[in-house]
Amino acid sequence: MIRLEKRPQPSRALSLSTPIMAVLATFIFGGLLFAVLGKDPVEALQTIFWQPLFGEYAFYYRPQLLIKGAPLVLIAIGLSLGFKAGIWNIGAEGQYIMGAIFGAAVGLAFYPAEGWYIFPLMVLAGALGGWAWAMIPALLKVRFGTNEILVSLMLVYVAEQFLASMSLGLLKNPEGYGFPGSRNLQQYASAHNAELFAGSGMHWGVVAALIAVIFAYVLLTKHRLGFAIRVTGEAPRAARFSGVNPARLVLFCLGTSGLLAGLAGMFEVSGPSGQITIDFNVGYGFTAIIVAFLGRLHPIGILLAGGLMALTYIGGDIAQSNLGLPAAAIQVFQGMLLFFLLALDVFTHYRLRFGAAEAA
Amino acid sequence: MKLSTLMTSAALALGLASGAVAQDKTKVGFVFVGPVGDGGWTYEHNQGRLAVEEEFGDKVETVFVESVAEGPDSERVMTQMALDGADLIFTTSFGYMDPTINVAKKFPDVKFEHATGYKRADNVSTYSARFYEGRAIQGHIAGSMTESNIIGYIGSFPIPEVIRGINSAYIHAKKVNPDVQFKIVWAYTWFDPAKEADAAKVLIEQGADVVLQHTDSTAPQAAAQEAGNVITFGQASDMAQYGPKPRVSSIIDDWAPYYIDRVKAVMDGTWESKDTWDGIGPGMVGIGEISDAVPADVKAEALELKDKIASGDYHPFTGPINKQDGSAWLAEGETADDGTLAGMNFYVEGIEGTIPQ
Repeated sequence: MIRLEKRPQPSRALSLSTPIMAVLATFIFGGLLFAVLGKDPVEALQTIFWQPLFGEYAFYYRPQLLIKGAPLVLIAIGLSLGFKAGIWNIGAEGQYIMGAIFGAAVGLAFYPAEGWYIFPLMVLAGALGGWAWAMIPALLKVRFGTNEILVSLMLVYVAEQFLASMSLGLLKNPEGYGFPGSRNLQQYASAHNAELFAGSGMHWGVVAALIAVIFAYVLLTKHRLGFAIRVTGEAPRAARFSGVNPARLVLFCLGTSGLLAGLAGMFEVSGPSGQITIDFNVGYGFTAIIVAFLGRLHPIGILLAGGLMALTYIGGDIAQSNLGLPAAAIQVFQGMLLFFLLALDVFTHYRLRFGAAEAA
Repeated sequence: MKLSTLMTSAALALGLASGAVAQDKTKVGFVFVGPVGDGGWTYEHNQGRLAVEEEFGDKVETVFVESVAEGPDSERVMTQMALDGADLIFTTSFGYMDPTINVAKKFPDVKFEHATGYKRADNVSTYSARFYEGRAIQGHIAGSMTESNIIGYIGSFPIPEVIRGINSAYIHAKKVNPDVQFKIVWAYTWFDPAKEADAAKVLIEQGADVVLQHTDSTAPQAAAQEAGNVITFGQASDMAQYGPKPRVSSIIDDWAPYYIDRVKAVMDGTWESKDTWDGIGPGMVGIGEISDAVPADVKAEALELKDKIASGDYHPFTGPINKQDGSAWLAEGETADDGTLAGMNFYVEGIEGTIPQ
């Protein structure tokens, strides 16, 4: 008989190596999947992982990695703070939407005036939108003990309805022939989150993501609040004895993750996307959950994981068009990555035992 | 801009490098909003792609990417296709409009075709189908066959294309059945089987015995089949597997002739930017076989209506028609102009409810 036995201490070696092992396992089983679909697995993996970085058109794809990865990293950093402390914000997608709506609304309110102050105000509004949306589950949890997982998730659907209403009503482009969707902020200089250097992919969202990584790193390693977060996640009772205020921690973690998700939405709508539309959100808020775990809830890990996820998206699209791989196969491939990570994670905390259970 | 020069030169270099190959093989890219197996909108665009391959054989190479989100992702996919040497790229969703224009600017030598949009450029054409012509025939059959006099309608998004369809179906249902009433549910999606099934069930519970849909999955058909005495129409694709009942007919988007025509134009060097809005006449809108569940006289009338629309003898929006608020829109015998139809944002008189804003 095979059974799992809890390790007295989580294995440190395994904790560091599981992400790499998960990636390798994904390569092997993903390769098998591609082979079964009749594609050359080596060529498929090479297309997904090599082409965007070093292929013929890498000059175009490398900046795209930043554009795709920045919102993932920005959101995942915020989520990781809460996840470390056992506070589960599953609704980053909704906070991302609200950040975008708030940010875009402020920008559009000034249209067509030009001024240096417009973009900073949009940034503030975006952060406020995401923060406020996350405060709903936070306050409900602190005041009434509701489950933040459910409330934050349900608020995603509320935010989506709100987004549809905004695209069809209040923020609709008056020159859009009745079609839904706002004006394109890319065509409004003061509100455009343009690339800082043309062709580099570096926009303010990328800068914000990098700052967030550094901020989170310092917070978690040097600051008392970071200590409180870590202790609460590892030993909630001990945390309480050491003077951590759980309510304040809930407000901080949900608020920060909402704020960062809101910023991500705002940078996206004013930059790469340009428009508030009904289908504005494409799942960054949910994918960021994967990124946070893939990065072991560690700021540097999240930075790497965000890059990896972005790579699979961009490489996946190339594989679709060049090799004719179906989109579903790419999604399965991405799913495998999380599955193997979580599956292998079990062995960090447990070890396999063969043979009958010892009598207690 | 630096990037655009970089990319143009890259595209140019590629063109020079593979010049000999490019001469005899035209590369055509397709960007799809849903999966090719959606059984509706994207399925039919993919059928068009396959028809292009069949027509030109070795002279053409097609590539596609499915389930591409509107926004920056679509812009990246289009750029990638252009970089990889596509000569012509079809972008098949309204939300690809601004991305298509952006990419087209960077690749002046690549031709783009954007479905259902209104922005054009020297290398960007637009095309769409007059689905409202098919809706007229649906409305006629629905109005004739309903016993509860309640017709359910699953709307996707309250945009002109969908509102045109509702108006056209209502006008023609009302003509044959003055007591008819429309119940409209907005699903806010083009393709979501679960939401569409819920919408269909709600409508059936409210007494609808006909369900029309402007969403792309077969879920409403399945819901109608389960409910029993309800009829439906295939949307975008024939959905014949649900015939002869609940599916009694369908509107089929047939993009193949247009796609073949445009690919040929690129091959011949005669491609130019234009706006195409074709209906039943040129064959872009097809009416799926009317099943035996429809009484013979109704079927005959429906086919006659179809012929009259195809030949141009009859326009589905022919006055007198008032707007919902009672104000006059079209006078006796007057037909709607394309400009008004393209931006239609009002219901005609008799439809209850308001268009969500």
